[in-house]
Amino acid sequence: MIKKLLGALALSLTCALAFASEGGYTLDHAPDRLNDMAALQNGAKLFVNYCLNCHSANSMRYNKLTDLGLTDKEIKNNLLFTGTKVGDLMHVAMRTDDAKKWFGTAPPDLSVIARAKGTDYIYTYLRSFYRDTSRATGWNNLVFPKVAMPNPLWQLQGPRTMKRVTVHEAETSSGAEQWERTTAQYDDQGYSTVKTDTLKDYHGDPIDKATFTFTSDAQRTAFDNNVADLANFLQWMSEPSQQFRKELGVWVMLFLLLFFVVAWRLNASYWKDVK
Amino acid sequence: MAGEKTVETTGLLGWIDKRFPLTSTYKAHLSEYYAPKNFNFWYFFGSLALLVLVIQIVTGIFLVMNYKPDAALAFASVEYIMREVPWGWLIRYMHSTGASMFFVVVYLHMLRGLFYGSYRKPRELIWIFGVAIFLCLMGEAFFGYLLPWGQMSYWGAQVIVNLFSAIPFIGPDLSLWIRGDYVVSDATLNRFFAFHVIAIPLVLIGLVVAHLVALHEVGSNNPDGVEIKQGPKDRYGRPIDGIPFHPYYTVHDIMGVAGFLLVFAAIVFFAPEMGGYFLEANNFIPADSLKTPPHIAPVWYFTPFYTMLRATTSDFTWVLSAGAVIAAAALFLKGKLSGAWRIIIPVILIIIAVLMKTLEAKFWGVVTMGGSVVIMFFLPWLDRSPVKSIRYRPTWHKFLYAIFIVDFLILGFIGTKPPSPTLNVISQIGTVYYLGFYFLMPVWSRLGKFKQVPDRVTFRAH
Repeated sequence: MIKKLLGALALSLTCALAFASEGGYTLDHAPDRLNDMAALQNGAKLFVNYCLNCHSANSMRYNKLTDLGLTDKEIKNNLLFTGTKVGDLMHVAMRTDDAKKWFGTAPPDLSVIARAKGTDYIYTYLRSFYRDTSRATGWNNLVFPKVAMPNPLWQLQGPRTMKRVTVHEAETSSGAEQWERTTAQYDDQGYSTVKTDTLKDYHGDPIDKATFTFTSDAQRTAFDNNVADLANFLQWMSEPSQQFRKELGVWVMLFLLLFFVVAWRLNASYWKDVK
Repeated sequence: MAGEKTVETTGLLGWIDKRFPLTSTYKAHLSEYYAPKNFNFWYFFGSLALLVLVIQIVTGIFLVMNYKPDAALAFASVEYIMREVPWGWLIRYMHSTGASMFFVVVYLHMLRGLFYGSYRKPRELIWIFGVAIFLCLMGEAFFGYLLPWGQMSYWGAQVIVNLFSAIPFIGPDLSLWIRGDYVVSDATLNRFFAFHVIAIPLVLIGLVVAHLVALHEVGSNNPDGVEIKQGPKDRYGRPIDGIPFHPYYTVHDIMGVAGFLLVFAAIVFFAPEMGGYFLEANNFIPADSLKTPPHIAPVWYFTPFYTMLRATTSDFTWVLSAGAVIAAAALFLKGKLSGAWRIIIPVILIIIAVLMKTLEAKFWGVVTMGGSVVIMFFLPWLDRSPVKSIRYRPTWHKFLYAIFIVDFLILGFIGTKPPSPTLNVISQIGTVYYLGFYFLMPVWSRLGKFKQVPDRVTFRAH
């Protein structure tokens, strides 16, 4: 009986976990580079140069970067710009009310952003900016439409064009439902040409697919690589002790296994008296 | 010395024993407390609950040393603990994992009581203290969850405190009084902190002591539901089927502790967020009173009850109202109530049935949610079966229990999801089953063919 109940429990738990994953925009999977010090150092460099002007990381100290194999001197010479000390927290000078005036919203602190959003989100989001003349900043984003932030990595990304094909249901002037395919071509300045055609006998799901064209494949690879490093750095920064936690965890588990065996045999030797 | 006690012990221990019941307490609760020898896997969870309580108190003390109960500083102080305080991350993860694991072990502990009838006479008070502990635990978890001051902390507290505003007449003022402000704010954070670190823990520890004292007064139940004190005794008057708690169950529970810590450490070190169920992703965004998250879900251990709240729509109150009318009719015509009660209780039920359609559904949602916990207090009197243990109940009873467990899990799962029409219908069916399980227990628990309960506990030597 108990076994059956446990079985039912296990079954419903697996169902619950299977249902637990869902999402809006399909996210690309970020490569895992949490053990790659060179990648994390590159991510740190990109973070300090491209993010840490508007975004703060108020819980993060510069000298915590020594965990990534950098020395205090290297941090001081390469990553400190405005007279801050190596033991300081990563504050920014931009004031909240100014930020609201300039961008409409204050840039969030990035200390634990990777834990809130996930590395895949950051990786996809930073690679999904496109120029769009209809926006005040000139930039738009596929993952976060009408985002307030202009593309901070535009120099790394270089000029690129985007073709976005969506297949969706639309209402005709007579009020009937029909499927339409919209093809929007954005040039590298953000001017778009949109073409819409009606699909007869379409029986599939809605589609939203965007393809970016870079100036070269090398440019695309380098950019994806940099964003992956940056996303991994943000993941590392969201919990700098995470690698140590996992390493220590192995030893704790080994100790507890040993403890369990001792406790199990101790129990057995006492209980052999109980008839 | 006048009135000096005579004690068997000598030396320092004798000196103490003359002034304080040390040896006698040790004997009464450990070395000469006779527990049935046939405890099974389910009996680990009581001692494990005590272990988690200790983990929570000890880690809690260290967290309070570094946490700032201030709306402007709270979120950052948690990150300070995670990064700057030596071993702070470990302490914090132990505390956050401990909160969820507390509910895991307590739910399993309660389920054990349900299976083996551990709430039946003479153990009603143990059960009542236990349900009170569960209520305290819910309060403790609720107050504690506000402290990290993330978006889920904030909006979860906002939603739950707003529930009180559904109470007729006093509701809006009551929720204002609880918050201490018009929205959840610094004042709320400070009072929740006080409740979390002082008020509730004091009550909780008192109740745990009462729970154990009551248990040791009447003795432990066991999987067979047989009273070992009524069974055969040895020449010293000790029950033959009982064994001293120490050393037999202390070594046994140490084994349980080792097994539990393996699971606990695996979560703390490898999956402290537990896929977003123990630490929600949204709670890594600082609380913002101007940005409501699109989907506010309580932590998993509250979701079964939260689902019952959401299930109570204005359509659903028809079902509840009809249930009250049928109960009134059944109690009047067929019930065994004596004298005036035969009239009074059905009349009260009819009044409730009418009020269900006159007061707003949100209020009845709160009542359903509260009632689904409070009903557990009455379990000792709802269960009328001639046997205690599930082992000797009719097979179809076991199916009712199995469905009850699955129902509870489904309700819990739905509570983590955004509302949808399909899920709402499922949650309403689930709520009817949950309430029916308890309210109809006086009827169904005595029906069916019960098996013969043995005179002695069933035990196979290891």
